[in-house]
Amino acid sequence: MPEEDSEVLSVAPDGRPAKDQPVWRKDFPLDWPDDEYRSRREFVAFLMLTSAAFVSGQLWILLVQSWRKAAGKPPLKEIAALNEIAVGQSKLFDYPKPGNRCILVRLSDTDFVAYGQKCTHLSCPVLPRPDLGRMHCPCHEGWFDIRNGEPVAGPPRRPLPRVGLEVRDGKVFANGYVEGVI
Amino acid sequence: MRISQFARRQRSTIVSGIAAFQTIIVFLQLWLFTTTMETFLAGHQETVLPAALASLLCFALNGGLFFYLRGLER
Repeated sequence: MPEEDSEVLSVAPDGRPAKDQPVWRKDFPLDWPDDEYRSRREFVAFLMLTSAAFVSGQLWILLVQSWRKAAGKPPLKEIAALNEIAVGQSKLFDYPKPGNRCILVRLSDTDFVAYGQKCTHLSCPVLPRPDLGRMHCPCHEGWFDIRNGEPVAGPPRRPLPRVGLEVRDGKVFANGYVEGVI
Repeated sequence: MRISQFARRQRSTIVSGIAAFQTIIVFLQLWLFTTTMETFLAGHQETVLPAALASLLCFALNGGLFFYLRGLER
């Protein structure tokens, strides 16, 4: 390559002419502007892939939402008899499928609440503390209001998924979710 | 030869601008995704469709910029 061309095409990062460059750079001439252009173009291609991944994630959420809508409301399920748990006590049950652990708490003679047992922070099991009016996650000291499942302290930011309840004929039934999903 | 190098430098500036713009768009998508996930898991599902459409729009914008850049190389 003629000297003039090499000066034009191979511009070193320090901007000095080719004759002032160290020997190693003369031995391995690199077209620096082209190199920078290609690396930035590859970065643009990588950003395209990242963008596509986020769109896929959004569409996945949309798909899950439509599946849930298509599945409809979970069925009514008997979870306890009224005389089975005393005031301040609780009972674990699976709803709507086996493995979806939920917890039923009796707050008074007539008040019951039930929540999915997974903490909305990192899925540790929450424990009822009716004496404090709270649900407690011992893993990271997360606290929820026992009346509505709203987070009140600690790292959780979302409420506990609340199971709808019906009491009739001396029995407590789970009837879908009031808020949130499991 | 000097004219072509001037064009190459212009392309380099353009690709840097596009990369910066795409970075902003991707961060916007990241924010959209995390917010949608949070609200969806909290049981509020009304934001899912608008957020997906907005993210799709961002992706289309990114695609437009990417193919504009490819067009410059031809």
